[in-house]
Amino acid sequence: MAAALVAIWVILHGLSDGVFLTPRNLYNLAVQSSVVAVMATGMVLVIVARHIDLSVGSVLGFVGMAIATLQVEILPVDAAWNWPLSIAVGLALGAAIGAWQGYWVAYRGLPAFVVTLAGLLMFRGGAFLLTDGRTVAPLDPSYQLLGGGLRGSIGAAWSWALGGVVAAGLVARGFAVRARRVRLGFTPRPLSVEIALLALGCGLVALFVGVMNSTLRPGTEIARGIPVPVLIAIAVAVGMSGIAGRTRFGRYVFAMGGNPQAAALAGIDVRRLTLQVFVLMGILVSVAAVLTTARLNAGTNSMGTLAELAVIAAAVIGGTSLSGGAGSIGGAILGAVIMQSLETGMVLLGVSSPVRQVVIGLVLIAAVWLDAVYTRRRAASSWEAA
Amino acid sequence: MSEPLEGRVSAPLVEMRRMVKRFGSVHAVEDVSIDLRAGEVVGLLGHNGAGKSTLVKMLSGAEPADGGEIRIAGEIAQIRNPRDARRLGVETLYQDLALADNLDTPANLFLGRELRTPFGTLDDHAMERAAAQVIGRLNPSFGDLRAPVRNLSGGQRQSVAIARALHFNARILIMDEPTAALGPEETAMVVEIIRQLAREGLGIFLVSHDLHGVFDLSDRVAVMKNGRLVDVCATSEVTPDDVLAMIITGEPLSSVGG
Repeated sequence: MAAALVAIWVILHGLSDGVFLTPRNLYNLAVQSSVVAVMATGMVLVIVARHIDLSVGSVLGFVGMAIATLQVEILPVDAAWNWPLSIAVGLALGAAIGAWQGYWVAYRGLPAFVVTLAGLLMFRGGAFLLTDGRTVAPLDPSYQLLGGGLRGSIGAAWSWALGGVVAAGLVARGFAVRARRVRLGFTPRPLSVEIALLALGCGLVALFVGVMNSTLRPGTEIARGIPVPVLIAIAVAVGMSGIAGRTRFGRYVFAMGGNPQAAALAGIDVRRLTLQVFVLMGILVSVAAVLTTARLNAGTNSMGTLAELAVIAAAVIGGTSLSGGAGSIGGAILGAVIMQSLETGMVLLGVSSPVRQVVIGLVLIAAVWLDAVYTRRRAASSWEAA
Repeated sequence: MSEPLEGRVSAPLVEMRRMVKRFGSVHAVEDVSIDLRAGEVVGLLGHNGAGKSTLVKMLSGAEPADGGEIRIAGEIAQIRNPRDARRLGVETLYQDLALADNLDTPANLFLGRELRTPFGTLDDHAMERAAAQVIGRLNPSFGDLRAPVRNLSGGQRQSVAIARALHFNARILIMDEPTAALGPEETAMVVEIIRQLAREGLGIFLVSHDLHGVFDLSDRVAVMKNGRLVDVCATSEVTPDDVLAMIITGEPLSSVGG
């Protein structure tokens, strides 16, 4: 999949006469991918658990409107705690919406498709009703930094410092894991392979920081550094990878997706687990709502329209299987970047909006088709084994 | 060591008394009592729907009982769910093996009882090592532990399920059609493992509708029909044909005239 991304980038770079792979474009690409990437990490777990969430776009709109309204019309505008409180309320609202939908799916046995389709309608309507369709603006200047924008990045020095910490962490973890496996009596992979992989990881971190630092604030000589929304998306991705791969919760979501009966017989409370997956999804949608409103510097009732499709597409292109039980957070992030690359690339090439929609639709078909072929082959091989 | 004294000192490993399970108006299990001793293999036989699976599900926690009493090693046991049963040392191997196909062997072995690091995160390395040890005991030529279990053969999958019981020091093992999905070689392997486990002092219930897979392995066979216990016999005292007659007629051996 990383190969697919590189191929798409190289092709778009060629077609756009060398505009695509410039720091400036990659900077914008990273910012624009972050909203879908944040939600896609949650959608992976929802789909792995054999469910779907069609409501994320509408919930984003509803929660975003709630946050904006709270900041501008309800809380005192000049209070320092205004925007942090509005974020906290937004996250709680997202969690509550997730719990509502998760309740119907987990404890009342309704198909997630139906419950979240209803959510798609209800929360889009709710977003409108909050202000009768008015746009709410402007938002707090500190809050706006969360969306990126002109000043919403951490500068060159902090970017390198952060990159250094991450690289050091990668190396330390790599060797700690290696030492542990040797102590437990496993044969580790060759040291040269280990070092090569770590060098690759550190190289990618450095490359990323370098690119982000090569864009300047318009009209100045100041390097922008990593944008805040990208930072948030990376933090979410790392956190969600940890949850999916290193916690009981994540392990159980995959077990339930692979064989719900086996999970239940192993003593896992599959209903509570399902509810928790939807709550997590709701919280991540709220994070995306924060990034969106901060970037727009407004709450509008059309925010997030059709985002559910981009999010599901990102997860599926990233290798999440719609039959459940398989998927990865990293894949979904790549999927989000691939989707955004196609979109941005076609805009650069002057492709009209309707044609862009057709192309993205075709890419989605291709991704799901590949998944289906793979699943069939897998089913066939396990049949032979049985 | 007189007979009665020994009987009192070692209570049966499992005593199920007057067990009842109803699904609506269907009496799936009606007033069934049975016990199981340490080191003993008891075959539970009957047609589909005879109630044998439902009976053991009350012991494994998969179905709560509607009536009756279960004692384990003489103590009254409250078994409301699979976790309760596991805590009491009851492990169950289901016919479809109840494995999550998309996960690897260590993840399946420890499902619901993962080893964790001091930070509360999963300790996959420790689980992998423990899995390698217990699987190595059962099936030295097992292959790749980190492959998803869907890539494993029927016998290997059965090893994973049995390893789960071994690792957690089960005292009581329930096996539902343990050899149904296996080829001849794998069946021989599983039969050998069952004998080995009984020698180590586990009590084992073998649930099957196929007399031939079970008769030779069992010390006693219990026959059920229509939710009721027909009879329990030592396999040394009856022939397979006698048991088959009980399965079909639902009458105890004495009344059939055997």
